[in-house]
Amino acid sequence: MADLVFLGMAVLTVGSAIVALESKEIIYGAIGLAGSLLGVAMLFFLLDAPYVAVFQIAVYIGAVAVLILFTVMLVRQEKWAKEAPGKSLTRLAGALTGLAVFVALAFAVLATNLSQFTQVVNTATFVNIGDLISTGDSPILLVLALVLAASVVGALTLSRVDREDDAR
Amino acid sequence: MNSLSDFVIVSAMLFGIGIYGLVTKRNALRLLFAVELMINAANLNFVAFNQYLPYGSATNAAGQTFVLFSIAIAAAEAAVILAIVVVAYRLHQDVDVSELKSMEG
Repeated sequence: MADLVFLGMAVLTVGSAIVALESKEIIYGAIGLAGSLLGVAMLFFLLDAPYVAVFQIAVYIGAVAVLILFTVMLVRQEKWAKEAPGKSLTRLAGALTGLAVFVALAFAVLATNLSQFTQVVNTATFVNIGDLISTGDSPILLVLALVLAASVVGALTLSRVDREDDAR
Repeated sequence: MNSLSDFVIVSAMLFGIGIYGLVTKRNALRLLFAVELMINAANLNFVAFNQYLPYGSATNAAGQTFVLFSIAIAAAEAAVILAIVVVAYRLHQDVDVSELKSMEG
C-alpha cells in the first residue's frame, strides 16, 4: 500500500492545487500553485527521478512561480477578493465536469493491472538523460531553443511601451 | 511500496482540478494556474510510467527527457501568457476574460 510520505506529498499536491484555484486572494492562489508544483517535484523524488525533480524546482518554483507572483503584484485589484465567486450553476457544472473526468480516469486505471507494478525498475541516471538529449533527441533540443527564443522575443514585443517622443 | 496506479490516480486528480478551473474561472491568471496544473499532471504520468515500465532496457530515460522538454515549453508558454495578461490589464484595467470584448472575432 501507499506509504506515509507518498500520502503526505499527494495531499500537499492536491490540496495546494485546490487552494490555487479557490483562494479568495489571488496572491495566495499563486503561492498555492507553487506549493502544488513543489509537491509534484517531491513525487518525482519518490519516483527515483532526482534530476527531473531538481529541474522542476529550478524552473517552475525558481522562475515560473516568481514570474507569476510579480505579474499578480502588477495587475492585482482589490475588487477581485470582494467579487461574488461566479454563478453557482457554472461552478456546479465545472465541479461535475472535473469530477466526471477524474472518476472516468480512476475507473480506467483501476480496471487495468497497473497496481501490480510496485517496484521502480528504471535505473537511468542523468548520464542516460544527457546521452538521449545530446544524441537521439538533439533536433528536439534545437527546435526547443528556437521556441524559447521566439517566446522571449514575443513576450518582449507584447509588453513594449511606445513612448510619445519615440513614435514617428 | 507505492504502486504505479497510486501516482496515476494523483495525476488524474490534478487533471480533474485543472478542468474544473478551466470551466469555472474567468480570471486570466486563474486560467493559467489551471493549465499549469494540467501540464504537471501529464508530466507526472510521463515520469511514473517511465520509472515503473521502462521500454526496452532498464536505463531508458525517454519519459524523463520528454518531461524536461515539456517543462521548458511550459515555462515559455507561461512567459507569453503573462505578457498577454499585462497587455490586457494595460488596455482594460482588468484581466477578466469575459470582459475582453475587443478580442472577439
